Amino acid sequence: MSTHRLRVDPVACDAYGFCAELLPERITLDEWGYPVVDGTPVDRGLVELARRAVAECPRRALLLEAAEA
Amino acid sequence: MSTLTAPALASRLLSPELDGRDPTSLADHLALRGELPPLRGDDAAWVAAMLQAVADSGLSGRGGAGFPSARKLAGIRRAGGTPLVVVNAMEGEPESLKDKVLLTAVLHLVLDGAAVAAALLGARRVVVCLPADDPSGTAEVLRRAVAERARAGRSGVEVVVAARPGGYAAGEESALVEGLNDRPGLPIFRADKATPLRVGRAPALVHNAETLAHLALIARHGAAWFRSAGTAASPGTTLVTVAGAVVRPGVFEVELGCPIDVICAAAGAPDDVAGVLVGGYAGTWLGPQHLGTPFERGALAELGATTGVGVLVVLAASSCGITETARIARYMAGESAGQCGPCVFGLPALAEDLELLAVGRAGPTTMDRLRGRASLIAGRGACRHPDGVVRLVESALVAFADDLERHARGHACRGTAAPSVLNIPRNARPGRRAA
Amino acid sequence: MLATSSTTLWYATRATGVVALLLLTITVVLGVLTAGRLRTKRWPAFANAELHKRLSIITVVFLAIHILTSVLDTYVHIGWASVVVPFTSSYQPFWTGLGTVGVDLLLAVMISSALRQRISPRLWRGLHWLAYGSWPVALAHALGMGSDAKYAWLQALAAACIAAVAAAVVWRVRDARRAADLARRSGALTRTLTPVGTPSR
Repeated sequence: MSTHRLRVDPVACDAYGFCAELLPERITLDEWGYPVVDGTPVDRGLVELARRAVAECPRRALLLEAAEA
Repeated sequence: MSTLTAPALASRLLSPELDGRDPTSLADHLALRGELPPLRGDDAAWVAAMLQAVADSGLSGRGGAGFPSARKLAGIRRAGGTPLVVVNAMEGEPESLKDKVLLTAVLHLVLDGAAVAAALLGARRVVVCLPADDPSGTAEVLRRAVAERARAGRSGVEVVVAARPGGYAAGEESALVEGLNDRPGLPIFRADKATPLRVGRAPALVHNAETLAHLALIARHGAAWFRSAGTAASPGTTLVTVAGAVVRPGVFEVELGCPIDVICAAAGAPDDVAGVLVGGYAGTWLGPQHLGTPFERGALAELGATTGVGVLVVLAASSCGITETARIARYMAGESAGQCGPCVFGLPALAEDLELLAVGRAGPTTMDRLRGRASLIAGRGACRHPDGVVRLVESALVAFADDLERHARGHACRGTAAPSVLNIPRNARPGRRAA
Repeated sequence: MLATSSTTLWYATRATGVVALLLLTITVVLGVLTAGRLRTKRWPAFANAELHKRLSIITVVFLAIHILTSVLDTYVHIGWASVVVPFTSSYQPFWTGLGTVGVDLLLAVMISSALRQRISPRLWRGLHWLAYGSWPVALAHALGMGSDAKYAWLQALAAACIAAVAAAVVWRVRDARRAADLARRSGALTRTLTPVGTPSR
């Protein structure tokens, strides 16, 4: 089963924080408002929500990459 | 400290016979080193044999990452397009002098290495990058040497000397290539590190100047010769800059695996030291009990350290490791490219916590806050700059644990007011805000 | 017969114009709040962005109807060309022209947003910033055209729109200054907090 992993492009990221609001299961914000991404794989139940979070990022800084489990 | 023994110092790159010779003279260089074998870049058999020799030699990069050179060459060969060889002599590490020494004392060896790399890749152009703010006119000297080689018919390749803006991270691979592409010289986020960097359409082989100098000797003397020094896992010799509280600071060539205290003794380090910074400002502090560690990858990795860019900074017993670390952290915070939040905000925060500890103004939460921040900053930037600072800070907390205890309780120590043994320069871009 | 359908069109033009102006105002305010990263315990920041995007589409729908009815209305002549070429209408060229300027700016935003993946982020952002200009231009157009400007209800609506945008902008400017202060104090502008010993160089 192919899973996915979330990654942040730290150069593009501008600390909007939408990702942490939309996917608190995997993303929290540090004290300066920048995302800390849990690197554990995103399973099927969470993928749609993850895709939504990726689409909402105003800087397209959140990436969902296919990863071998 | 053990007394210096002869095998500690090696003389492959920095041969004593260099004394009294003109380093820019091609004739002198060839008289000393012998001719390079013919570089038959269009002969597939020659290329295969030479690549095998590089692989067998176990040569790895001397620019900090320690990546196996044969693999790097293979990666560029696989990429499409005519490659470009970039000689990285930016030497952003303030304590390091080895690349300067190479470009002044053995510049023809570096250019030989670039020529070998070019032949192995089918590259037709070499760009030598050195810092623009260097007052000693090295760029001019290099250009004259390049011209002399061209006149002697020694160049199948065009060699360009490029003086680039300096700074700590100026030699970071992607930042250097961005600069060569006429974009701002800042590191880029690479989603896939395996894809080669390109200057225009040319895949770029970015090699440290020292790595290429070793390559030039391997081309002359072979892999077995290269492996006859050093250790099985870390073969060959390397250049080490010893700085700090030593009588004879400077660049020494040593066999890999030489104990750190032996190297420091060659520079006249005192018997009693507070610790040694291994690798550079992004390196690791080692306490006195670890100074017998061989200077090579495996042994250092067990202590969470690396050889880095070959820098050893000796800290006197009268100095305060926490204070010196605070100074480095503040400098490194100012060298951030300003692109990534965890670095732009995290590094000054680390520096601030260290400064509070150093001057005895730490509160009850400072230590926990420092540890928490350090664990949260590493790995979240586009380049390894914040990772290096975190490694430095975390190693300081271990190496200076005894002194740290006093500082954590809100006291300074006698070493805080001692003059710094470091050579911290002004920030390249002071007062720069986050991009 | 002609007069009746013209009157209907005229009422439709005015009504959709007012609604479009209101919606544009709210859209702009939401855009400012998005950029300012406004969030409260019960209102997440992404909601501003989402509402802004969806509302902008509804705004454009009303604007499209407003344009359609105004061109189809033969009582005054507003040709198709003057929908996108400013100040070329034979009826009230200046005030209509302002509306056209607004349409052009919004068209630029719409097209660039549709092609967002293919254009540079800087170009997209620049065009989006230009779109700010569509609001005062739309407001001036609404008041200057004169159809309803004499009525108190429109004047009150206009005042409310101005107040809303002004409040949002003031909030944004003050918040940005506060953030810069915080950054400076945290050392992110690389000023040394505490002098530590004497550097050797």
